[in-house]
Amino acid sequence: MQKVTSELLVKKASELLENGTVTRVLGWKKGEFSYDLTPAVFESGEELIKDFVFSDFSGANFSKYLIKETKKADGKVLVFLKPCDSYSFNQLLTEHRFDREKVYAIGIPCEGMADVDKIKKNVGDGIIDIISDGDRIVVKTLYDGDKEIAADDVKAERCIVCKSKKCVAYDELLGDNGEVIDSERFDEVEKLEKMTDDERFAFWQNELSRCIRCNACRDVCPACTCEKCVFDNPKSGVENKAISDSFEEKMFHIIRAFHVAGRCTDCGECSRVCPQGIPLHLLNRKFIKDINEFYGEYQAGAEIGSRAPLVNYTLDDIEPVDAVKKGEADNA
Amino acid sequence: MQRIGVFVCWCGSNIAGTVDVEAVSEALKSEPGVVFSTNYQYMCSQAGQDIIKNAIAEHKLTGIVVCSCSPRMHEATFRKTAAAAGLNPYMVEIANIREQCSWIHKDMATGTEKAIILGKAAVAKVNLNAPLTPGESPVTKRALVIGGGIAGIQTALDIADAGFPVDIVETKPTIGGKMAQLDKTFPTLDCAACILTPKMVDVAQHENIRIFSYSEVVEVGGFVGNFDVKIKKKARYVKEDVCTGCGICTEKCPMKKAPNEFNMGMDNRPAVYIPFAQAVPKVATIDPNYCNMLKNGKCGLCAKVCTAGAIDYTQKDEIIEEKYGAIVAATGFNPISMDKFDEYAYNQSKDVITSLEFERLTNAAGPTAGKLLRPSDGEHPHTIVFVQCVGSRCAACAEKGKEYCSKICCMYTAKHAMLTRDKYPDTDVYVFYIDVRTPGKSFDEFYRRAVEEYGVHYIKGMVGKVSPEGNKLMVQASDLLANKQLHIEADLVVLAAAIEPDKSARPLATMLTASMDTNDFFTEAHPKLRPVESPTAGVFLSGTCQGPKDIPETVSQASAAAAKVIGLLAKDKLTGNPCVAHSDELMCNGCSSCERVCPYGAITYVDKEFRMPDRTTAIRRVASVNTAVCQGCGACTVACPSGAMDLNGFKNAQIMAEVDAICK
Repeated sequence: MQKVTSELLVKKASELLENGTVTRVLGWKKGEFSYDLTPAVFESGEELIKDFVFSDFSGANFSKYLIKETKKADGKVLVFLKPCDSYSFNQLLTEHRFDREKVYAIGIPCEGMADVDKIKKNVGDGIIDIISDGDRIVVKTLYDGDKEIAADDVKAERCIVCKSKKCVAYDELLGDNGEVIDSERFDEVEKLEKMTDDERFAFWQNELSRCIRCNACRDVCPACTCEKCVFDNPKSGVENKAISDSFEEKMFHIIRAFHVAGRCTDCGECSRVCPQGIPLHLLNRKFIKDINEFYGEYQAGAEIGSRAPLVNYTLDDIEPVDAVKKGEADNA
Repeated sequence: MQRIGVFVCWCGSNIAGTVDVEAVSEALKSEPGVVFSTNYQYMCSQAGQDIIKNAIAEHKLTGIVVCSCSPRMHEATFRKTAAAAGLNPYMVEIANIREQCSWIHKDMATGTEKAIILGKAAVAKVNLNAPLTPGESPVTKRALVIGGGIAGIQTALDIADAGFPVDIVETKPTIGGKMAQLDKTFPTLDCAACILTPKMVDVAQHENIRIFSYSEVVEVGGFVGNFDVKIKKKARYVKEDVCTGCGICTEKCPMKKAPNEFNMGMDNRPAVYIPFAQAVPKVATIDPNYCNMLKNGKCGLCAKVCTAGAIDYTQKDEIIEEKYGAIVAATGFNPISMDKFDEYAYNQSKDVITSLEFERLTNAAGPTAGKLLRPSDGEHPHTIVFVQCVGSRCAACAEKGKEYCSKICCMYTAKHAMLTRDKYPDTDVYVFYIDVRTPGKSFDEFYRRAVEEYGVHYIKGMVGKVSPEGNKLMVQASDLLANKQLHIEADLVVLAAAIEPDKSARPLATMLTASMDTNDFFTEAHPKLRPVESPTAGVFLSGTCQGPKDIPETVSQASAAAAKVIGLLAKDKLTGNPCVAHSDELMCNGCSSCERVCPYGAITYVDKEFRMPDRTTAIRRVASVNTAVCQGCGACTVACPSGAMDLNGFKNAQIMAEVDAICK
């Protein structure tokens, strides 16, 4: 259950539209089902009242949408940033991906999002509505009537190990700002590290072989903002699933993890949007963990303009040979 | 489609001994684009080059591959050959089948197979080569010499005499370095100060030389001909231009407990000090670790007695920024620490000393005014044992010492032994050695004199243990020639400690992007043919920072480095390297990654208008490379997340083609 309500955000957004501060609002739009929200651009108070929703299913991170939206027209865009979204926001500013002047950002607190897949697993088919009620969730189903489950049982994995309740970028803040959390988000990575090479390979083969190459992970990723993506290049021989053989299982996601290394804020959108439920965020987290261990703690997007360790050099940097030794020691 | 010629060199038997050159040239004939392939005994010779030139004309070649030695050796040669035949020099690729192939393989079959693969990779690359034209960059006609010992002094003097301005940066309050601490110099035994101090004065008075003493280099940017250097002038709390060097402050200073570095800590100096009488610049320096005024604001005596009003307790470190065309590293050496050599009891007895400490003990300006007295009780020692190779040639004890020979110890020990016997004939002098190495003009004669005329006991063997007993040092050693154990009751033991590069060398090498060997000595561009140049263009090496050397060798190398610097500064323009980065603006998303990793500051961002697909225009932020500043290191091409950055001559596509050719 979120502390800020849809009504409050709609009121705020309508005011800003009315007084001319902003001309568009990025927000979550009602879908066919109450848990099925879509990112959308609202241009009037009426639209907002009709369709805007902020709930336990407002997971979508709007930072990346600002790249296109700020270029479309003059006037400012209003964006609501949950704490984890605000890190992506800063990272994109660090990379000069949109004009800060054209954005009005409102930081909002987040109590963690629910994972629809977990609810489906818990309740079964035929869900017609989901209603949050404090720490309980009431699921209305077609066949079995109402079912009640604990909110904590169906929380999204990325929210269970939430790294920060602190909005790091905003023009205005609703409610109190939270703190950075010393979370246990690397526990899963450690489990993978403890596997043998063969076990780990089998684990990832099993996960990645389900990839249907829909590119949703890339499209949603706030670190994937190239003008032209190499994976769309028809000359590459890997631009779609049909022509490539084992590319998705062996290379695609690993190349992408390398590509965003040092720039990934660990927002977890890749795993959220994956229709196949592949835990893609674990690849990125492994890189984050390694970077922290090799170069000292670093959180991408914590501040604007920070130099990621991978594009910075200091005399204290680990020597490559020591990094290799450490890797060997970890595997031993 | 290219028309490629392949030229396989035998390099005498260097390559042909382990690579079947006929098979290589035959195999490469069928590679895509290759229209001509041959082999020859010495491709770099005039006759070999003629083969290339003729083939270019006859077969209308558009690109060539030379399978030979490292491109570091002859790439320039073959580029000139190609240019002479009317081919763009950047259409030449070298397949290194010597250093990377024939020299490291023993088996002909393996060597041949690998040479063919390397040749295929080069052919694959040439297929994607494009003609390149180099640009030009201006030269800043000023040199920087880092280190003010004899090496730095000589280099600076020679460059300055040629008419170019030189700055010397020295971390100590005075120039002079280790040589200023020495007593006599082998093999002629002239006093070090007598030959060094006039040179120091020359430096001070030279109109083309500036000395930044008590200073260090903190940042180096730019490239050959155009280095941007930041120098930190540490606060010495004395106004350099006002101080007359009269020395009253040093006499009156009540805090006289600071260890005197110049005398190897064997006596003390005041908190405000001039390292030695002939210091250049002759200016006092206040040691903030010992000065009461700076530590707790109580005292201020030196300011009261200074008639010139030179003392300034509020002085701050100052950063000086200057441009240079060339940089010379002359950071010198230090004796290694004796802490790990417990067997010689260095830390247990004051009478076990290093050779440099012995120099100070016998120097007229030293702590004992030149009288050889034991540090423990001030008595004259009657039996002295010199131990050679302490930490040198120490392959088995890499934890403690160095694998290499420190080169100078044999000669200075002979000098110490000889001078001791000359001044104090009642003294017994033993020298323990592994080998006596005295190549050099008049060096062996010098050593023979120590043995034959002065009666120094040279004993082949090592000292196993030194144990202090009462006021004596019991030395346990072996005489390998007589095959017996020796026990000597000594009054003084002198350790010829190995020398190592100064600790400032490694961070400096990082700043200069100059390479170092595993012992932290600077690496030369070529060990025989380019011994005073570092592989980094515009960075030169002088003195012991490159390897152990005595004074005559250091001075020759210092002058050689100066000659190279003068050759560079005499040019008005440098021909650049056309292998520079460029950005594909349609791919660039303006993220700034390349700008951040560029060590030369060659990348800036511009807002540019682009036509977009839907007939609109858009302003986009894109990277722009200053090709005059870019050195072609390629850091940007790997940092670019979008693959927009590429390097001329080493395009991603070319590298991938090479990899593909190798992996096929």
